[in-house]
Amino acid sequence: MLSIENITHSIDVWLNRTFSPTVAVLLESLIVGLCVIGLFALLGLVLVLMERKVSAYMQIRLGPNRVGPGGSLQTVADTLKLAMKEGLTPDGADKFLFNLAPFLVIVVAMMILAPVAFAKGTQIWDINIGVLYITAISSLSVIGILMAGWASNNKYSLLGAMRSGAQIVSYELSAGISVISIVVLTGSLRISDIIASQQDGWWLFKGHVPAVISFIIFIIAVTAETNRAPFDLAEAESELTAGFHTEYSGMKFALFFLAEYVNIFIVCAIAATLYLGGWMPLHIGHWAGFNGVMDYIPSSLWFIGKTFFLIFMIMWFRWTFPRLRIDQLLNLEWKYLLPLSMVNLLLTALIAIERWHF
Amino acid sequence: MIEEVGTTEQGDLVINVGPQHPSTHGVLHLVITLNGETIKKVEPHLGYIHRSIEKMCESLSYRQFIYVTSRMDYLSSHINNHGCALCVEKGMQIEVPARAKVIRVLMDELTRLASHQLWWGAMAMDVGALTPFFHAFRERETINDIMEETCGARLTMNYMVPGGVMADIHPNFQKRVKEFLQFFRTKIDEYDELVTGNIIFCSRMKGIGYLSPESAVSYGCTGPTARGSGISCDIRKLYPYEVYGELQFDEVTVAEGDCFARYMVRMQEMRQSLSIIEQLIDNIPEGEFQAKTKAVLKLPKGEFYSRVETARGEFGVYIISEGATTPYRIKFRSPGFSNLSALDHMARGHKIGDLVAIMGTLDLVIPDIDR
Repeated sequence: MLSIENITHSIDVWLNRTFSPTVAVLLESLIVGLCVIGLFALLGLVLVLMERKVSAYMQIRLGPNRVGPGGSLQTVADTLKLAMKEGLTPDGADKFLFNLAPFLVIVVAMMILAPVAFAKGTQIWDINIGVLYITAISSLSVIGILMAGWASNNKYSLLGAMRSGAQIVSYELSAGISVISIVVLTGSLRISDIIASQQDGWWLFKGHVPAVISFIIFIIAVTAETNRAPFDLAEAESELTAGFHTEYSGMKFALFFLAEYVNIFIVCAIAATLYLGGWMPLHIGHWAGFNGVMDYIPSSLWFIGKTFFLIFMIMWFRWTFPRLRIDQLLNLEWKYLLPLSMVNLLLTALIAIERWHF
Repeated sequence: MIEEVGTTEQGDLVINVGPQHPSTHGVLHLVITLNGETIKKVEPHLGYIHRSIEKMCESLSYRQFIYVTSRMDYLSSHINNHGCALCVEKGMQIEVPARAKVIRVLMDELTRLASHQLWWGAMAMDVGALTPFFHAFRERETINDIMEETCGARLTMNYMVPGGVMADIHPNFQKRVKEFLQFFRTKIDEYDELVTGNIIFCSRMKGIGYLSPESAVSYGCTGPTARGSGISCDIRKLYPYEVYGELQFDEVTVAEGDCFARYMVRMQEMRQSLSIIEQLIDNIPEGEFQAKTKAVLKLPKGEFYSRVETARGEFGVYIISEGATTPYRIKFRSPGFSNLSALDHMARGHKIGDLVAIMGTLDLVIPDIDR
């Protein structure tokens, strides 16, 4: 069967046969790098179009429908326009930091992609602390945002960046604790182990109520971490015009924009991995026949389907809810989500110790 | 009531919100002083679109100056025209035919609905929900189509003239209005479901931007802004004009005085407007739509004042005549200006996000403030 696993495996075998092992690894890194950049471009194109189409259908509009069939090339046209634009650096801005910030944000987004398993056996780096790595790297993006806000020499940007800093640092706690509850159930930080442990059912269904609660908390927290509505205070169009990227134009703006969408993809991919089994097909206990039928659907399709379902949910939030205020946002985290997720972690630990999960 | 004027200290953040800002809905310029995210002072700077409409009116005849007033509060141009026509009629002692009176009230209420719909969408957009705006525009579009059929215009109507209305209603008017009523009855419940009951929306609105009844009076607030503080100030009830005295409707007042109260006043006013239209739409009397007037209007020497209730509050027209074909002096009392003056009082001590929400509940139309 032609699956991604077979393709990557045959490339690996061929490279190792033709070149020395060192050169083979170097070439593989190069190929992976190119693939990641390609994936970024593709994700940007698909997700921006998806957001515009989803919002259009929610708002009784048609959305982009002129460039390409059904508007499918609209994002290409927009990217070309942004690439043609002059990348302005405002007078009085800290030029070095101002130009560095968008690259930092995008590089962080690229780095988180490393341990994500796209399909069976398709993973860039199956590091043994995968989940920890993701949690650690994802908090770096706030540095890029703070840098952008500070270096712009604009008060709106500064306010947006400060809000974003407070928000990301706070919500990382409950996102982290939600992740830990799955780690407790699995007993491993390695992504492939976590997926393998969902062989006979996804954690969302196996882990009783605590898993559902931690899934909901995780979704809320990552929506806040990616600065998406109803937690889009860092941008807050009606308050701060565009928040931390007010002063950015051209490709530098496009990088922020791209990073936002790639981040959404990544957090949804992680949520799908932890709670919905990643590329693992829907298996129910010992129903061999049912499981066999489910296995006919390729693992990459399972992964993409779950991820895009979660992405759709996050887009749905954005076009439905009003925005929270900064103090309400922090109250929600520190007064409700954090205590709840801690209690929930204890319950999960109890389930894991007593082996009550299915 | 004079308060201590907030002072700018070292370390305060002074931000210009506007003249080009997404949530000022026009060229309003607010200079806000912040301590972190907390507002210490809001200073509106006006005059960006001052077109000296009052001065222009002095060189226009009594028929012509009404057209200029459509450009003031462009969301309730019918009602502005109505106020001016009432004032000229008062001066000339013109008796308006019964049919014209009813048509005028119908148009006023349709305008009020359209204006409140737009406010609802813009208000939701200010607090961060983008979708309601499109829903509001879908309904407003229907009203605009109805208006277009009868008046020929969609925004600056210029339909009310001294002595009645410019033209008779379109034959389809009654049918289409009735269709719209049926359609909007279901949609207004949808508005409540989508926004009013939303927990985030309620927490953004309740207890924010408190305006006490005393301050509402002292700042000269009118319309839904004052009625949200429990002040009864509906001109349609207090000084009924046209056929308002004979109609069954309630003046909506909510006592809380916060943003949510002002929101609820407008939501309920939409339902009241619907009921007014329902009472009148089948009872438009036959007859003339315009009284016979002289070709050239000359108001007698003296001072004349008339007032109407627009979607934003009390709109007053004050004409001083020297007996010529043009007014000697015209003064408009626009509701937006007084309502805006209370913004500083309401916003102090709140966050930036609240300032935007409070501005949303004031329903500011900038050309109404800057004439």
